[in-house]
Amino acid sequence: MKQLLILSGKGGTGKTTLAGAFIKLAKAKAYADCDVDAPNLHLVMEQSVAPKRTDYYGLPKAVINADQCIQCDLCRQNCRFEAINVNDKYKVDYYSCEGCGVCETICPATAISLKPAVAGELMLYADENVFSTAQLKMGSGTSGMLVTEVKKQMNLVTKDAELAIIDGSPGIGCPVIASLSGVDLVLIVTEPSISGISDMERIIKTAEQFQIQIAVCINKYDTNLVNTEKIESFCKKLNLSVVGRIPFDSNAVKAINNGLSIIDLGCTSGRAARAIFDEIVKILFNES
Amino acid sequence: MKIAVLSGKGGTGKTLVSVNLAAVAKEAFYIDCDVEEPNGHLFFEPKPIGSEKIVIKIPVVDEKLCNGCRKCVEFCKFNALAYINNKLIVFDDVCHSCGGCMLFCPEKALTEQEKMIGQVQYGNSENVTVVTGILNTGEASGTPIIKKLLNYAKREQAITFIDCPPGSACIVMESIKDADYCILVAEPTLFGVHNLNMVYELVKLFHKPYGVVLNKCLEGENPAEKFCIEKGIKILEKIPFDNELGKLNSNALISVREYEKYKELFASLLQIVTEEVQHEAAVNP
Repeated sequence: MKQLLILSGKGGTGKTTLAGAFIKLAKAKAYADCDVDAPNLHLVMEQSVAPKRTDYYGLPKAVINADQCIQCDLCRQNCRFEAINVNDKYKVDYYSCEGCGVCETICPATAISLKPAVAGELMLYADENVFSTAQLKMGSGTSGMLVTEVKKQMNLVTKDAELAIIDGSPGIGCPVIASLSGVDLVLIVTEPSISGISDMERIIKTAEQFQIQIAVCINKYDTNLVNTEKIESFCKKLNLSVVGRIPFDSNAVKAINNGLSIIDLGCTSGRAARAIFDEIVKILFNES
Repeated sequence: MKIAVLSGKGGTGKTLVSVNLAAVAKEAFYIDCDVEEPNGHLFFEPKPIGSEKIVIKIPVVDEKLCNGCRKCVEFCKFNALAYINNKLIVFDDVCHSCGGCMLFCPEKALTEQEKMIGQVQYGNSENVTVVTGILNTGEASGTPIIKKLLNYAKREQAITFIDCPPGSACIVMESIKDADYCILVAEPTLFGVHNLNMVYELVKLFHKPYGVVLNKCLEGENPAEKFCIEKGIKILEKIPFDNELGKLNSNALISVREYEKYKELFASLLQIVTEEVQHEAAVNP
């Protein structure tokens, strides 16, 4: 099974809209939303079955038993995350605690223990297709680990899919890095703004550090032709294939708001997405 | 007065709103906490006044002292240590710098060395002091950089705008912890509403006063506006979808410094937000 991952660096360039279109075009049997922090793919992919839900446990959280605490202050002094507060009692700040266990081990009164903590929820829709997604709990860390679980969940139940389509998250940090592992091609969706270009350069650098093949497409290309040309010449210099341009299209907003894909409407952005998808298939399947 | 600008979804206009509000204020600080993809500096092009390397601490082993007891490997909850072929190996990328391995090594074989993960840049752009956090590519977590930025923000008395990263995970939470007020920026799509709901829950969880700016408003139905009305959320401003504003923004120009009409728009928004903060200070001192 080949894996296509869609990233952008900058948020809001059209990752999910394109992912939704590609899933329909490919009649993809396996797909996933790795933007666990703000998942949206399920809003445009209609599901016939209810998902199987599983709690996701991140790292545990320290809890201080006040009856046993001798107020020696060692836990507070040794916590690197400033997660231990003292008012009248010693207490752990749930959101600051990273579950490292230093306090538990250093406490001479064995007053501290680590308790499992739910940090999110995994959802798996499986009928003839497999759709894996998750939602990180607000204020939680360890989004990279949850991304890994989303992909694992998809891979476990997927049998004969030729192509898996994975919607990624913005940024370049842990969830993005976790989503990169094992993919065959990264499609970077950029937009012709100075911000979009700067963010694209940083995500290209990141993907290159993990030695993954990259293709680029430009969304809303006609909103700034000068910047579009800048992007194309930048990619040319780096020997990256630019697989297409998508025009600004107010129908895209209409499609999303009606839970549809841009290819359902036969609009200009839908046609461009179709052409880009054909290019992607060529890169993924003709080369090997 | 510290104002955090956040959105859940990327690309809704956080940077547009925070940059222009800072630029229209008499004197302001603009702090870019979107350390993975910082963009505010592209607009301000600040004259540099300094920079600071941000380092984290990573364990290193003295092989002469390590006797292979594996206490550190068993301790590390992040699986950042492994003992393979009679050698202790450290995986920098997953280390959380908790210091536990060093603390609990019976042979004192572990020490820490600094590893640079990014930087903070300081600069000036007319009336605005611009502070930007930048994470090095390939690094997993920008949280230490954000902590540095917010410590800096703590000291400042002038009006401060915090441009937050997208999402509602730990780093966003860090960014809003000290804020006096949160501006939630939303766009009129189902995606926008879904993600607005997330940050709405987040600001409620942290008992922050908040209001919404609706960006890129088109004619006709606006799901984000409907959401705000249903939930009784204050709408601070509706910014219409505007090709001219879009073009300025795509060229990284600060619209309030280009056209009087945008200056009026953001000055009025700043006035509304200032009143909200003052009202909040009076009601919940």
